[in-house]
Amino acid sequence: MDIQFLIELIINGALTGLMYSLVALGIVLIYKSSGVPNLAQGAMVMIAAYLIWMFAHLLGVPIVFAILLAIVGMFLFGMLTERLLLRKMVGQPIIMVVMLTLGLESLLRGLGPGLLGASPKSLDLGLDMMPIIIGEVFINREYLVGGIIGGLMVAGALLFFRTRIGTKLRAVSDDHVSSWSVGISVERAVAISWGLAGISAVAAGAMWGSVQGVDWTLTALLFPAVAVVILGGLDSIYGVFVAGLIVGILGSVIPGYVDPLVGGGTRDVVTSLIILLTIIFRPHGIFGREDIERV
Amino acid sequence: MFYRLSGIKHTRYASSRALWPVTTDRRIMQVLVALALLAPFFLSDLYLTSYMLPWLIWTAAALSLTLLMGMAGQLHFGFAAVLAIGAYTSIHLTRAGVPFEFALLGAGLMSAFIGVIFGAAALRVKGLYLVMATLAMQYLVEWVIVNVPAISGGAQATLSTPDVTFLFVPLQSDASLYYMALLWTVVVTLLLLNIKRSSFGRALVAVRDKDFAAAVIGVDPVKYKLLAFFAASFLGGVTGAILAFCYYQAVTPEQFGFNVSIQLVAMVLVGGLGSVIGAYLGAGFVLLLPIVLTNLLAFLATYEWIPISFNLIAHIPLMVYGALIIGVLLYEPLGLAKIYDNLRKYFVVWPFRHTQS
Repeated sequence: MDIQFLIELIINGALTGLMYSLVALGIVLIYKSSGVPNLAQGAMVMIAAYLIWMFAHLLGVPIVFAILLAIVGMFLFGMLTERLLLRKMVGQPIIMVVMLTLGLESLLRGLGPGLLGASPKSLDLGLDMMPIIIGEVFINREYLVGGIIGGLMVAGALLFFRTRIGTKLRAVSDDHVSSWSVGISVERAVAISWGLAGISAVAAGAMWGSVQGVDWTLTALLFPAVAVVILGGLDSIYGVFVAGLIVGILGSVIPGYVDPLVGGGTRDVVTSLIILLTIIFRPHGIFGREDIERV
Repeated sequence: MFYRLSGIKHTRYASSRALWPVTTDRRIMQVLVALALLAPFFLSDLYLTSYMLPWLIWTAAALSLTLLMGMAGQLHFGFAAVLAIGAYTSIHLTRAGVPFEFALLGAGLMSAFIGVIFGAAALRVKGLYLVMATLAMQYLVEWVIVNVPAISGGAQATLSTPDVTFLFVPLQSDASLYYMALLWTVVVTLLLLNIKRSSFGRALVAVRDKDFAAAVIGVDPVKYKLLAFFAASFLGGVTGAILAFCYYQAVTPEQFGFNVSIQLVAMVLVGGLGSVIGAYLGAGFVLLLPIVLTNLLAFLATYEWIPISFNLIAHIPLMVYGALIIGVLLYEPLGLAKIYDNLRKYFVVWPFRHTQS
């Protein structure tokens, strides 16, 4: 019960949380523009990791170019998904859209391991495995890089929304009909947001793939990402950052002390409780817009 | 020809109240019930226990969820947890010496009481947020079951079901298990068919369509939402017990995981939201079609008619399942029940063309 253990849990938790934000960012980007909750983001992260692995280890491309190729691939994949699947679901009840993304999730979860082999694959990003030691606190180097990339991606998304395309996306997220009437192509904006979600899936896939290996378990990242998204507010990019830190720290500190007592698995419980309590006390999350439908 | 509607004159209340006013519908039902009753005599044990039995039980589960999602309009992505509560309660009750009949009731009540807690979230939020809340509760229930050794017998343990009798009939042979499942599915089906005609069902529909409008005309949404969760969870709990005793016979927490919840919702949606016949079609479609297609592909692969690796074959059920959901949602968002309805409408005026409806 010493203070160093606590600090270690907090720092590593915060970094893990920022890596959850990488996954959550994709969900927020899509929800913000089209109101579609993308529960296939976990599977997209997995597919992205498989793509990087395929380019790097099967085709022998250097890892940086493999990631760039994966970015192109996932951007196209995101746009294609929107074009082929989601565009036909406009006007359907939310449950249909949720189920469609879950169907896509199963399809991808079978497709990736089915085509490229189910055994876990290691993805080497060329990072040093030795932990960084500050005082007597051990910090996982991969988590540190992942956390930094998570922070950079969130900052990048914020900056992107100040560009011309980003302004269009913001207009679309405010009101589909009025953006249509001033000549913004809503379909294209939504497609671009799906493409961007694909890019953030590549970042998440690279980092999580290097941390825990590339296999279908990457899709399980969806659950903590959903907690981050719900806590931060479904349409807030600041929210992803702050809630990522909160979910990460709580999901690391509480299991750190409780797991030895009850025998493991507390992290899912903490995540579940975060989702539940957020929905019960503040359904729109910390930074989300308040126009959610109430009973 | 088929489904002749022209001879129907509702001159008596009894005839207009009938479940199937059209003679053909009634005859189809009679044939199907007869086939289901005779199934143990003409189906092999393999088909009976690995196709018919799970299909019936999952249909009962999908029907329980239909009551909640289709009629009351509440989304529930944690229904596997409700089934799990029923399964574990019934096993522990029968192990403690309670007769199976009462254990089923106890399983239903236990699930219903915990299921109402899921419903508490529905009083606060709806839509996507309700999906997430029930999803989170699914994880909580799962964790409690895994981590309380008194319930699951330890994290890695399997609980096998004791031998039981139902109304003095021992449930050991394949046929008796099948009839038990059939009985329960028929009970749930009749309940759901009739609930639409009761004041309870109409109140649920009113709350589903516009809850504050329902409140204005004197239907208390809070009461009916909780009642819907109670009733659906009760049915789900008993179904869970039937599932444990008639099909699995040895229960682990993994059998009621998050994916099972998704699968149940998929059955309801693929079949057609709120339709009774849709639950049968959806359960069969989601449960059996991936298996059948995989068997077909494996058969083709063993004779090397198509080049396909066994690693891929292992993953095909999952892919087929995902693709089926996507396909049905894109092609016919109203589900398989709507396709059946279209066929039926075609035959109503056969041999003439049906006008656009």
